[in-house]
Amino acid sequence: MEQIRCECGHENPYGTEICQSCGKPFDNKQDILNMRYEGVARRSQTYNKSLVDRIWNFFASVRVGMTMLFILLVASILGTIYPQQMYIPQTVEPLLYYEEQYGQLGYLYALLGFHNLYSSWWYITLLVLIGISITIASIDRFIPLYRSLKRQGVRRHPSFMSRQRIFGKSEVDHPEKVMHRVKAQLQKQRYRVREEDGALLGEKARFNRWGPYVVHVGLIILLIGALIRIMPGVTMEEYMWIRDGETVPVPGTDRQFYVKSEGFDLDVYDETSAEEWVPEEFRTEAVLYENVAEDKMGEPQLEEIKRQTIKVNQPLKHDTLKLYQSDFILNEFSEFSFHVKHKQSGDILGEVTVDLYQPQSQYDLGGGNKVELIEYYPDFELDENQQPATKSNIPNNPAFIFEVTTPHVPEGEHSWIFVGQKIEAPGNENQYELSISDVQFNNVSGLMVREERVLPIIYTGLGIAMIGLMMCYYWQHRRIWIQQEGNEIWLAAHTHKNWYGMQKEVVKLIESTELMNPSHLKISKDFLDKEE
Amino acid sequence: MADKVKNKRFVLRVTVLVIIALALGGALISAFMNDDTPVRVGEPAPDFRLDNVEGDSVRLSDFEGQGVFINFWATWCGPCREEMPDIQAQYEVFKDQGVEVLAVNIAESELAASRFAERLNLTFPILLDHDRTVTKQFEVGDIPSSFFIGPEGNVVDKHTGILTEDQIKAYMEKIRP
Repeated sequence: MEQIRCECGHENPYGTEICQSCGKPFDNKQDILNMRYEGVARRSQTYNKSLVDRIWNFFASVRVGMTMLFILLVASILGTIYPQQMYIPQTVEPLLYYEEQYGQLGYLYALLGFHNLYSSWWYITLLVLIGISITIASIDRFIPLYRSLKRQGVRRHPSFMSRQRIFGKSEVDHPEKVMHRVKAQLQKQRYRVREEDGALLGEKARFNRWGPYVVHVGLIILLIGALIRIMPGVTMEEYMWIRDGETVPVPGTDRQFYVKSEGFDLDVYDETSAEEWVPEEFRTEAVLYENVAEDKMGEPQLEEIKRQTIKVNQPLKHDTLKLYQSDFILNEFSEFSFHVKHKQSGDILGEVTVDLYQPQSQYDLGGGNKVELIEYYPDFELDENQQPATKSNIPNNPAFIFEVTTPHVPEGEHSWIFVGQKIEAPGNENQYELSISDVQFNNVSGLMVREERVLPIIYTGLGIAMIGLMMCYYWQHRRIWIQQEGNEIWLAAHTHKNWYGMQKEVVKLIESTELMNPSHLKISKDFLDKEE
Repeated sequence: MADKVKNKRFVLRVTVLVIIALALGGALISAFMNDDTPVRVGEPAPDFRLDNVEGDSVRLSDFEGQGVFINFWATWCGPCREEMPDIQAQYEVFKDQGVEVLAVNIAESELAASRFAERLNLTFPILLDHDRTVTKQFEVGDIPSSFFIGPEGNVVDKHTGILTEDQIKAYMEKIRP
């Protein structure tokens, strides 16, 4: 590919629009010069021969990048239509569940894999492709731009000057003196000034031009964080139910941590009725323990680490582990108490209290009176063979079979107790009966357990992107060229944006140095609607 | 000089593209690994310790050198109730040949589990997984769920759902030392 030789003698690479040394435009036109990327030859715009170049150019294209971002956006929205698989019951077949809950559309949703969208191979591929696109597009633009700005000369070609949007020239009597004044004034206006045989270049806030690339670096860090996050074992999210007073291992920590609930509590808005109450605040008094036992599978040795009230949005934090208040069940049965009564005399032999989670089997009432719990069904039902069974391990509908043994009935007699009804063992006339004397309730707190190790990476990425955005929007890269052309002094100015501010600075410069009358300034008005 | 620049550019581009290809490959591999459960056939089974209904501590590693049939069950699970007698029948055949059955009850009371075992005359150890740690460790979703551990401690096979007596027999033959 041949080089472009400028009249100043500089060899420019093929594709260059403005000489990188003297600033002479190569297009022989008279209109306002396009200053994008300083007229530098961008590789992706010039070479398109080898496969490597083609791949490079594909990813360097902003259009391709925007298309991928758009697809990502649409896909991410689709993923929120129905709940993701992790939020549906774990024991059901996803295809059936989505069809049952959401009909044909739901079936299609699960069939296409949208129920696992954010960890699907194509979603991850898309994320990576966007990362590639951002990286390549940045390299493709940043390197030539950086070089171009670093190498820029001070004296510019006359046609470069006259084709700037702000341009003016005037005849002065003592050009050297004026140039000296102008230099001092530029410095006063906080420009960095370079001087080269009768030419001045004042430059300000060049770092503004690096803003977009800083944003990109931030986004790439963010993307890397997101990709690490979906790798197995990096992020943990578990759910646990904990009853008042219980101490249980925190799931996902391999019994490293245990948590105890010292009670769940709930406040309800006063205005709401008993039927349609709305919780105002709910909280768990929690204690976090670390299991310091050498053998995590053996008997735990618990050391208290932290004691805290967990509220919604106020999780208990320990290093990367977080426990969030998430849900609750109020008034689960926890204990039933029964009076054992001699039917004929009405004498009460004693009371039996059954823990519904860990029931004992033997209860000694003294005086040779014994009660044995021989069967316990926490969630009673009759199975397909009409046999007593339990639907779950939660005491929603407890049923009991007791055997009462006393000196009067040494062979024992059986009583069936369901919530609300008693049935005696068929064929026998019982002498004793058991009746419910007390019921204790428990609250159950639902905690979300999360372990986030990647969050610092994600916040770093966001922070860098934010700094980049500030570099983009709060500063402007401004340049003013002033040079002697014979006994004239020429002035041209360029800014990356905010032309109005640039104009004011130029006017201030020429007025305070009496360089020229502001009316000599040629200002192309089209910049007002043509901001870069 | 121009050739040198071109060469440098080519090297840069190839390097960037190779790094990217590696990143993409890594991301995809990790995405696929996500679908895998930690208890994989052919790999060592995770060790665990639970109490049995008698209150004794039982470890999976205690049974090294024997075949172990781990069955996750609950009294509220109909198919579990159904397959238990078949497991018991085959246990009686295979226990003298070095095959042990560990029936892990999921989060029920000791009373419920032991009464159930008594009713069905189960003679193998009934383990209590009160806090579902082992159930989670083995990523058990649907029950009954069965894992077959060979004498050297590797997962030989796994099965979700009810087993027929013939299947139980075939699996036990597979893990017999």
